[in-house]
Amino acid sequence: MNVSGVLLAMQGAVSQGVLWGIMVLGVYITYKILDIADLTVDGSFALGGCVCAVFVVEKGMNPLLALVIATIAGMLAGAVTGILHTLFDIPAILAGILTQIGLWSINLRIMGKSNVPLLKVDTIFSRIVDLFAGLSESTGAQWLGFRQTSVSLVIGILIAVLVIVFLYWLFGTEIGCALRATGNNEDMIRALGVNTKITKLLALTISNGLVGLSGALVCQSQKYADIGMGTGAIVIGLAAIVIGDVLMGRLKSFGSKLTSAVVGSVVYFLIRAVVLQLGMDANDMKLLSAVIVALALCIPVAVGKWRIWKSYSEEGPTC
Amino acid sequence: MLTVKNVYKTFNKGTINEKKALCGLDLHLEPGDFVTIIGGNGAGKSTLLNMIAGVYPIDNGMIEIDGVNISRQPEHERAKYIGRVFQDPMRGTAAGMEIQENLALAYRRGQKRTLKWGISKKEKELYAQKLQILGLGLESRMTSKVGLLSGGQRQALTLLMATLIDPKLLLLDEHTAALDPKTAKTVLELTEKIVEENRLTALMVTHNMKDAIRLGNRLIMMHEGKIIYDVAGEEKKKLHVSDLLAKFEEASGGEFANDRMMLS
Repeated sequence: MNVSGVLLAMQGAVSQGVLWGIMVLGVYITYKILDIADLTVDGSFALGGCVCAVFVVEKGMNPLLALVIATIAGMLAGAVTGILHTLFDIPAILAGILTQIGLWSINLRIMGKSNVPLLKVDTIFSRIVDLFAGLSESTGAQWLGFRQTSVSLVIGILIAVLVIVFLYWLFGTEIGCALRATGNNEDMIRALGVNTKITKLLALTISNGLVGLSGALVCQSQKYADIGMGTGAIVIGLAAIVIGDVLMGRLKSFGSKLTSAVVGSVVYFLIRAVVLQLGMDANDMKLLSAVIVALALCIPVAVGKWRIWKSYSEEGPTC
Repeated sequence: MLTVKNVYKTFNKGTINEKKALCGLDLHLEPGDFVTIIGGNGAGKSTLLNMIAGVYPIDNGMIEIDGVNISRQPEHERAKYIGRVFQDPMRGTAAGMEIQENLALAYRRGQKRTLKWGISKKEKELYAQKLQILGLGLESRMTSKVGLLSGGQRQALTLLMATLIDPKLLLLDEHTAALDPKTAKTVLELTEKIVEENRLTALMVTHNMKDAIRLGNRLIMMHEGKIIYDVAGEEKKKLHVSDLLAKFEEASGGEFANDRMMLS
């Protein structure tokens, strides 16, 4: 394989990682801030993609507006999980699984089939490529002719930065502080007058809104929506968070923690691209993700136990 | 200030584990009353506080604060009137958040949370002043995570948070029981100081009879979900631990007071 081919594959992996990074930010809200593993994600990611594809292909909707609709669809899915969890006390994991399973059928209903290609329609990426191509022609500046992969990378980074800034602001507000406190100590924040049902519902809604947005962006960048596109998304999300934590865990500010989620996602997709280039079967990638997450969760526990076991001595220390 | 009228609470109704925690309990507090509550295990002391705070709904009866019937209000709505310190030092603070963030959460107790920034510069100065009162040097560590503090420090912080804006009623549920004797003494002294300076109305559950006699202006003893002894003013000041033990034995039909009460 030639070098430029490999570079192109890597660039594709990075832009994919950034677009999926929006989903990882959603997972970060539930997993890290709210301390809930929300399995709605697999369903709401595909929901975002399906809704976006159908609105763009069948209704001829503006691709940018379709992103907004997909975000709202994701938020609704999160709200369903939130209502099941808060109003009816169903454990968060089970509530998420119920929504996820339900969404499989809903997504098929929305698309009417298991796959919708976006071949002859505009996406936000193709529109921007066209825009610059037009500029390039009219001004004669050839450097303005961008490839789709470069555009989707830049747009992805732009959206990721906007989302991070939004989350940074949100979690600094009074409501955001109450959200963080809900994940930290529910009893305490309730005693301070916050309805934790509302904060949990809000967090699940916002989280899945981002997941839906990410699904729609991925759909537009790969130019199809597929019923299975969200399968394993939660594991990818957790893997990205774990990788980000390993790489940037020493940085303590909230902004850098959010950034680490996206960076983790990029690194995940780079690893994926590398092992695929090395000839691994794409279907084995899910196993690799599972192993990465399992190892990341197991190693700190094992090391801790080993340290305690090893520090034992029959004679006491000399004080 | 606080009126508890004919309140009943039974846990696990209709099962083999049925437990009558409160049986037609009546209690009235005047503004500024500092009431200590003693009683054996399972007497219903903590249940009473939890019922007032709204942790569980009551079965029958009525609870009123300052003329407002709060019997059926959810916990988070009652927070407007009530400051609470729990027995477990971990329960009153958010470990993963900064000291000043915890205080900012407490500063907004009972208020609607908005999209305004969660903590203002002006507040931080106020918090530094308030932390100085604790005398633990926390004012220089305002951005430290609360999880780094010791149990005693966390309990002192919780006490400060519960009283940061004057609550109409302060509920202290054995808030020094999990601390070592020296720290317990410090936290108790702080409690006395804060309650006195702000003229708070407070209910304090304790297992320490000496503290129960020394602190506050009124003492009640509970047994099997009822108040069996209620003493205030001069009569309370003259009490001795032996008087309380005698009362307890009388109430429980000659049974010996449990070890925990004897020892403390």
